[in-house]
Amino acid sequence: MNLQLVETSEQWDDRRIGFGQVMLAEWTKIRSVRSTTWSLVAFVVASVALSAGLCALIVANWSAAQGGGEPARVLADPTDFILGNGTALGQLAVCVLGVILITSEYSTGTIRASLLAVPGRASLLLAKAFVFATILLVLAEVVAFASFLVGSAVLHSRAPVSLNDPGVTRAVIGAGLYLAVLGPFSLAIGAIVRHTAGAILVVVGLVFGSVVLDHLVSGGWEAYLVAALPQQAGSLIYQAHPHPGQLLSAWQGFGIFCGWTVVLLAVAAALLGRLDP
Amino acid sequence: MIEVTGLTRRFGTITAVDRLSFSVAPGRVTGFLGPNGAGKSTTMRMILGLDRPTEGIATISGVPYAELEHPFRTVGALLEERSVHPGRTAYDHLLFLAQAQRLPRRRVEEVLGLVGLGDVAGRRAKGLSLGMGQRLGIAAAMLGDPEVLLLDEPVNGLDPEGVLWIRNLMKELAGEGRTVFVSSHLMNEMAVTARHLVVIGRGRLLADCPTSELLARGSEGSVRVVSPDAARLAGILRSEGATVGTAAPEPPDTTDLGARDTTGALSVTGLGCAQIGRLAAAASIELHALHPRRLSLEDAFMELTADSGDLTTLPRHDDDRMTDRSCRA
Ligand SMILES: Nc1ncnc2c1ncn2[C@@H]1O[C@H](COP(=O)(O)OP(=O)(O)OP(=O)(O)O)[C@@H](O)[C@H]1O
Ligand SMILES: [Mg+2]
Repeated sequence: MNLQLVETSEQWDDRRIGFGQVMLAEWTKIRSVRSTTWSLVAFVVASVALSAGLCALIVANWSAAQGGGEPARVLADPTDFILGNGTALGQLAVCVLGVILITSEYSTGTIRASLLAVPGRASLLLAKAFVFATILLVLAEVVAFASFLVGSAVLHSRAPVSLNDPGVTRAVIGAGLYLAVLGPFSLAIGAIVRHTAGAILVVVGLVFGSVVLDHLVSGGWEAYLVAALPQQAGSLIYQAHPHPGQLLSAWQGFGIFCGWTVVLLAVAAALLGRLDP
Repeated sequence: MIEVTGLTRRFGTITAVDRLSFSVAPGRVTGFLGPNGAGKSTTMRMILGLDRPTEGIATISGVPYAELEHPFRTVGALLEERSVHPGRTAYDHLLFLAQAQRLPRRRVEEVLGLVGLGDVAGRRAKGLSLGMGQRLGIAAAMLGDPEVLLLDEPVNGLDPEGVLWIRNLMKELAGEGRTVFVSSHLMNEMAVTARHLVVIGRGRLLADCPTSELLARGSEGSVRVVSPDAARLAGILRSEGATVGTAAPEPPDTTDLGARDTTGALSVTGLGCAQIGRLAAAASIELHALHPRRLSLEDAFMELTADSGDLTTLPRHDDDRMTDRSCRA
């Protein structure tokens, strides 16, 4: 057995450990688990493929479906059709990944190693949220632009749309922004619930349940309440044109969604500080 | 230096750790003993800031863990439960820990070599054996070349070679002036590694003394003698001033058939093996077994924790008993 150090610890960097170190560690954690990496790749490929595929499908069946509701809807707002499908699938992937990123730390016990290395518990959570959001922002913007460029090219003969049309560039960028914030949003819920299945149920319920509510509620104060739900508010940012009767502007909605995320992260950080891992 | 003052931890109605105060000095291996559920792991987790104490404080080098500027360079810890993601390689597990602590990447390779995992560095943790996983945990503890080591049951899952390795590692680290605090349920393992012992039962401090002192408490041994002519032998031994009683039956799990036979078995105190053997030979008394039974550290420990209640019914381990089996006629 050789205990001799190759170098002595005196040569090590004595500067204080900062947020940068914690973020670097979180990056290593994310990239070093194969299932996470593959899920991210699958998210990109599947989202773009779905957007493009559905565009091709509607074009192929255009004449047969003409007069029906679908082509009319596409004509009215091609951006919504191009971005909506891919984002719907993408958000499911992001919700699950965001939850698993933290609940797997609890189920595998990695959280204890993590907390020994980063005793400041809030900074552990924030670094994770920040790194995940950054990765998602890059990937989701790639997805959004790729989906739009492919989708609009496919739709061109039937429903031409371009990035120069009013609201379209904001909507495409917005699709990426929405998914990038949805990551830490799900992560926060995962950190609060701490169990994979339970947390996924909560996130999916919050995100997809609000769509159902939206159809049930018409007008009154309940409408404002539903409009402020995370998915309802957040999804406005990737719609090029306001819906009739839309209560919030795109950026107001996105702001509310970010507010939800910040509050949930704060709750998660407080709980992480108070409860034992 | 680890200092624990009035440390208490309650889980609902259970008081897992009860007003515990002790300190662990550098330069020696300090054993942390207690029956299952005594509160060893809970105490260690509180020292590391993973569990919140209900009351009291624990400090390492004078400050609570959470306030250490370079935690891994001050204290390295091996926790009882595995804390590695099965899908992450041994190398990447250590790498993220090193990065979070501003330690050089080279150090990861160094500790992997140190614990003998250099060849499986790229293997995912789910493909590591129990012992390899334990070595990975020790590598993580050594990452920051810490002054203080906290090891919760480090020999768990290690083969005899591994046990020997960790034993030497701990002694060597303590020899370099580091603080080594190690919990174990193998009492006699502690007898050969630890120079000092902290014993707890039901969360309370039972002893905080040098190992030799605890061993001395059990040094008043007895000799177990089996003879077909036990009654006559007993008379002779008594006349030589020995105290003779009927030996308690051995535990039923014993594999030694001679020891299991309780007919004609005597428990003799006040005379040694040699004297008893000589007296028996002089009287032409046939002996079937002559077995010195110095109280082991485990026995001393059992005695010590006997008052702390129902948690003392420890399973006896065969490897523990080997020490008082070693001399047999
Ligand atoms: N999270 C928890 N919730 C409730 N009770 C707990 C919890 N953790 C520990 N305990 C209880 O606290 C007591 C001490 O447990 P601990 O794990 O510290 O013992 P130990 O000395 O390490 O035992 P062992 O030798 O088996 O490892 C036990 O009665 C245990 O059931
Ligand atoms: Mg334990």
